[in-house]
Amino acid sequence: MIAAWPGVDAEWSRKIDVPSTAGTDPAGTVHRWHVLDNGPQLERLGLVPAGTLLCVHGNPTWSYLWRSLLAAGTDPARPWRVVAVDQLDMGFSERTGVFRRLADRISDLGDLTDALGLDGPVVTAGHDWGGVISLGWALAHQHQLAGVVLTNTAVHQPGGSRIPPALRLALHPAVHKWGTTTSDAFLRVTHSLASPPLPADIRAAYMAPYRGVSRRQGVGNFVADIPVDASHPSHPALTHVAEGLRGLDVPALMLWGPRDPIFSDRYLKDLLQRMPAAKVHRYEGAGHLLAEDRNIAPAIVGWLAEHVAGTEGTTAAGGSAPKGTGAGHAVSAGQDGFRPLWTLLDELAAGPAGSGTAVSEMAPDGSVARSLSWEQLEKNVADVSAGLAGLGVGKGSRVSLMVPPGVDLTVALYACLRLGAVVVVADAGLGTKGLSRAVKGATPDFLIGIDKALAAARVLGWAARLISVADLAAGRRRILGVEASLPGLAEAGARSGDRSSESPAPDQPAAVLFTSGSTGPAKGVVYTHRQLAAMRDTVAETFGIQPGDRLVAGFAPFALLGPALGAVSVTPAMDVTAPRTLTACALAEAASAVDATVVFASPAALRNVLATESGLSSAGAAALARVELLLSAGAPVPEPLLAGVQRLLPRASLHTPYGMTEALPVTDISLEQIRAAGAGTVAGAGNGVCVGLPVHGARVAVLPLAEDGTAPAARPVTEPGVTGEILVSAPHVKDSYDRLWLTQQASAGTAGWHRTGDVGHFDAEGRLWVEGRLAHIVTAPGAVVTPVGPEQAIETLDSVRMAAVVGVGPAGTQAVVAVVETVPTARKAGPADPELAGRVREAAAAAGVPVSAVLVVPAQPTDIRHNAKIDRTRLSRWASKVLAGGRPGTP
Amino acid sequence: MKVLVTGASGLLGREVAALLVRRGHTVATFQRRPSGVDGAADRCNSLTDDAAVKEAVQGMEAVVHLAAKVSFTGRAAEFDEVNVRGTRRLLHAAREAGVRDLVYVSSPSVANTGAAIAGLGAEPADPEHAHGNYSRTKARAELAALAADAPDFRVTAVRPHVVWGPGDTQLVERVLARAAARRLPLLDAGAALIDTTFVDNAAAAIVAALDRMGHVHGRAIVVTNGEPRPVGELLAGICAAGGVPAPSWSVPGRLARLAGSVVERAWLRSGREEEPPMTAFLAEQLSTAHWFDQRETRALLDWVPEVSLDEGLARLADYYRPGFTAGTRLR
Repeated sequence: MIAAWPGVDAEWSRKIDVPSTAGTDPAGTVHRWHVLDNGPQLERLGLVPAGTLLCVHGNPTWSYLWRSLLAAGTDPARPWRVVAVDQLDMGFSERTGVFRRLADRISDLGDLTDALGLDGPVVTAGHDWGGVISLGWALAHQHQLAGVVLTNTAVHQPGGSRIPPALRLALHPAVHKWGTTTSDAFLRVTHSLASPPLPADIRAAYMAPYRGVSRRQGVGNFVADIPVDASHPSHPALTHVAEGLRGLDVPALMLWGPRDPIFSDRYLKDLLQRMPAAKVHRYEGAGHLLAEDRNIAPAIVGWLAEHVAGTEGTTAAGGSAPKGTGAGHAVSAGQDGFRPLWTLLDELAAGPAGSGTAVSEMAPDGSVARSLSWEQLEKNVADVSAGLAGLGVGKGSRVSLMVPPGVDLTVALYACLRLGAVVVVADAGLGTKGLSRAVKGATPDFLIGIDKALAAARVLGWAARLISVADLAAGRRRILGVEASLPGLAEAGARSGDRSSESPAPDQPAAVLFTSGSTGPAKGVVYTHRQLAAMRDTVAETFGIQPGDRLVAGFAPFALLGPALGAVSVTPAMDVTAPRTLTACALAEAASAVDATVVFASPAALRNVLATESGLSSAGAAALARVELLLSAGAPVPEPLLAGVQRLLPRASLHTPYGMTEALPVTDISLEQIRAAGAGTVAGAGNGVCVGLPVHGARVAVLPLAEDGTAPAARPVTEPGVTGEILVSAPHVKDSYDRLWLTQQASAGTAGWHRTGDVGHFDAEGRLWVEGRLAHIVTAPGAVVTPVGPEQAIETLDSVRMAAVVGVGPAGTQAVVAVVETVPTARKAGPADPELAGRVREAAAAAGVPVSAVLVVPAQPTDIRHNAKIDRTRLSRWASKVLAGGRPGTP
Repeated sequence: MKVLVTGASGLLGREVAALLVRRGHTVATFQRRPSGVDGAADRCNSLTDDAAVKEAVQGMEAVVHLAAKVSFTGRAAEFDEVNVRGTRRLLHAAREAGVRDLVYVSSPSVANTGAAIAGLGAEPADPEHAHGNYSRTKARAELAALAADAPDFRVTAVRPHVVWGPGDTQLVERVLARAAARRLPLLDAGAALIDTTFVDNAAAAIVAALDRMGHVHGRAIVVTNGEPRPVGELLAGICAAGGVPAPSWSVPGRLARLAGSVVERAWLRSGREEEPPMTAFLAEQLSTAHWFDQRETRALLDWVPEVSLDEGLARLADYYRPGFTAGTRLR
């Protein structure tokens, strides 16, 4: 039998007779259980386990689900006893002939652990409905409970919502018996949820205990025992577990496959509200059978080592476990030097300049469309804040903001922050699919949005309460399911006059900002209030922006800092989600409206400004000539572009800060400094983009690369010429990744530093040179190739507009491939003609990189947000296919 | 050292024999035609002749075995007789004669089942799945050779991939002839990444294998220039060196492979002697990637290729420069 269970060591499989105390069984009943248990094996090997992992499967799987954990538990370096049970009527345990409900199953599990004599610390692990049962056991055994692990499960049906359609179907009287018991359809459907699909032998192992109608009664009963509403017999038991969790003071780990038609993100959200200190990792792309889709054993083992370590010999480790960040005690401004983001806003509103303009936005015709003074802004923020509080937005509430930069966004943002709500900012630059994935994963409680965003919320099924930016007609409001509007909330807030809300604590989360997704699915990045305030201070100190400055906010991330910096901000007439829509004329009109001293604009926006230069009036040109500082960030800004911009802004100092969503900014460099930092001018200068010196308050170092293109070193260095992964340490570095515990662990793996995933080196002047992404490194035989240097060398050719250097073949012996976008544009993708190939090869060879193949593409695949970061991972996949002898197609 | 080189009339065999002579070894050769290698003693005979083989290995300390029926097409029995039975005969005779070391010169195609090869090492020879009579029989012979490896009779298999150079009739002249006649298409735009071996490098690697027998006996190693290039560029480079226009038209690789196998079968049935214009093997070679991980090879042999691909092409151009005409050199 065991031979047919790939991945299972025969020594783990055992049967055990267990006296039952379940109310449903007559006294004296004994049931025969099957378990996978590595305990005897550990004993034989002389290994003393740190504790026991009690693993409970759901429906319709069995203990087989946990086999990778059993194998991991037998690791001599860190042995854990893993007991994976087959619940009664399930797997290879006894068919009892009795309908066992949730309460029975929880007491059954206690009977089993009694029979096993399981003492010492226990960590439970549960999947699917096994999650509830494992938690039921946990609540009843708190004296020995050391932690809980949950994967795709649920303990509560969030108020007002219905159970998922797939379950409704399985429970439908016409379907239930046939679907779950008579046929093996429920099993087959569940197994088919695995992605990638299960191999035939593993599928067969999952099916093995359920062959024949009589073996599947438990499967059907399990489905029938799902408490669909309060009248269900198992509802009280479920509620007991759900409520009991709130008092469970042990480390918790939640691992989730988001592509689950049943246990979607909203159940994770519900669990997190009950256990807010839990570590969470969502495996993007994985689904219901998470333990099959991903190898979760290392995550669990790592978590045990970090959070449940030292349990040896203790029986109640729970109390000593860290409980995460504090419970939100208010800290008054000024304590430990912390000044909330809105400090200057309040001061200016109360001061002599209170009636002066604070924020405004431009209309396409060049007039000022809207404008608020500091007093008005402060009052508006306070009113909306009170209105939101009245609606139920509170500390820790997640509020997704889908509002274009401008007056409304400024008000909504500062109102939420003052309340202690967490703003979720994902922009349209992620594309519809990426945006939807980001929003769903962040599970906002509320969404403040423009019409388009509200409609998307409906269509794409974002489960959040909706607030419109503008007042909507009653019919439209009903269709969209909108509860309130910003003007309505401001009015209600003003009426209530409620100003009593205390400031949120500095170390509470304030914002979740999403990365651009140019290197994998977009990640949510969590900032605390203290970190946002530090970002403001860094920008103020590094660039000397202060009250009295007037800035044109053409780049969203920094635009939001305007009021925090005490600077007047104006949004130019453009589609800020599409930087390329900023014209020279619109920029000049905005600058003129506030007599701007500072301009924020992305490189793509600047490119269009130069392209539309001819539309500039002499008054516009004069307004631009008064600008003192330009900041352009988000993607590398080529020197010729800056030189063009300098003509338009003759008095301005042009700066291109380097940074990422996780740390904004990290370094800074000006046009003069770029010109002075030529390749070869000092040791280490060259091979990359020079991004300058660390900004105020930031430290930067690198972790040297190994031959295999990874950065395994433990010690950060700053020696010139040493290439490594770039690390940054600063008060304004992010707090964590949202619900990506493993990603967070990896990024914070070097204590005190954030690992950026970028690769670069320092020159002798201490300037940082960025060479590309760690994930894009090419490992040719005997050489680690970072892409940016050879790309720059290739881009010096007149016929090349944009180059990407990627690797094909196995790590360590990769062939270097140059993919080029040509001038004129190629008609189709494929191998470069031998003449061009030769010139590209020569250019790269001059930079020390041997190129095997040169491919041309009509257009490089770039990110939507900046239209500048080439998706080298995708190019590499495409190049591998083409160069293997496939038909080129397009990347 | 006394070394017998079989197949020394071919491009690579000649170079190996000449290199051994230059290194001061006493070199004898064994093949049907004179080798033309200065300083080597030719024996003209066939591997199918038992007595001749026995006589040839007498007194030798080492053997480099290159002789084989090399062809894109041909009848199975002939390949078996020369490549498999001939090799067995030579192995047996060499061991009997007390030869210490034998280098069996093989081909990466012995492990090639038709799928693209991108950065792999020397996979085990697979006669069951190797494509075509040549690869199949070379695979069987390689397995026999490596099975004969013993402490007192060390055997290694060196697999140079696509050997070319001045005087090459197998690849270079065929490419030039077809290109000159506009009968050479690119397959799938010629993107497939191919690694090749300039003949001097292949010869040096084989001689290195003799020197490093202690490290390489009992195993197969692939030898290449370690410079994969898209096949279209490679062909263009050869054509440029030969002074003929590069191929400029492309057909889908799948179509060519299919056409090749049809042509091949028709050709065999017609009983023609010369090579057909397209074969399935050729189509496959020209449309799927074949490049290899050379790190272990170079470490084992303590050898690096001395002639780069571009230098090789330059030498090829030199070779064709004086008075080259399509009629005199192409057959």
